[in-house]
Amino acid sequence: MIIEIVAGLLVIVGAFFALVAAIGMVRLPDVYSRMHAASKAGTVGSGLMMIALAVISADGSTAIRALAGLFFFILTAPIAAHLLARAAYKVGYPLWQGSVADEMSVHQPVKRGKGRKSK
Amino acid sequence: MVLLTLSFFVTCYRVVAGPTLPDRIMALDMLVGVVIGFIAVVGVKTGYYLYVDIAIALGLVGFLATVAFARFVLERDMPEGDREEVGRKAGAE
Repeated sequence: MIIEIVAGLLVIVGAFFALVAAIGMVRLPDVYSRMHAASKAGTVGSGLMMIALAVISADGSTAIRALAGLFFFILTAPIAAHLLARAAYKVGYPLWQGSVADEMSVHQPVKRGKGRKSK
Repeated sequence: MVLLTLSFFVTCYRVVAGPTLPDRIMALDMLVGVVIGFIAVVGVKTGYYLYVDIAIALGLVGFLATVAFARFVLERDMPEGDREEVGRKAGAE
């Protein structure tokens, strides 16, 4: 009984976080702030739902698998977001007009030609 | 479930309408997260725990796809359509 209530709460809170992430992705002005909404709130949303699955399954192996999936997702989401932000910045997608600080600007965006040597 | 469906469609809107390529890539990444959430909710509701493995595999594939797209963005210069979009936005504000 208590387990079901806890799982239900986790599902609802997770869905709420996913919705917040989606709204943020539509409403925010530029790539970087959208990324901030998607990668944090989205990860928390699906993570909470995976925890709900792990809580409600009385089976140990299912819970372990759900938690392993959650761990992997938490591990990879920031890496993916960072790579994408770095690529977008280097190619030169601009920040929002109202941004107050661009701490990367000391490193000028590199103009990359076709004959770029890969590292 | 309703909230999740709503967030799914809102994210789809960003995939279709997103003005530049990184927006779309990020929205696809977010869609992977939403689908993993769907799998978890279906597992909670019906007791089909089989799909958890699929969720793990989907997370892996989504991560690799995002990394590959990031490499692609880095490799390629900003395309002409995105440049026009960016210039138009800068002119409007």
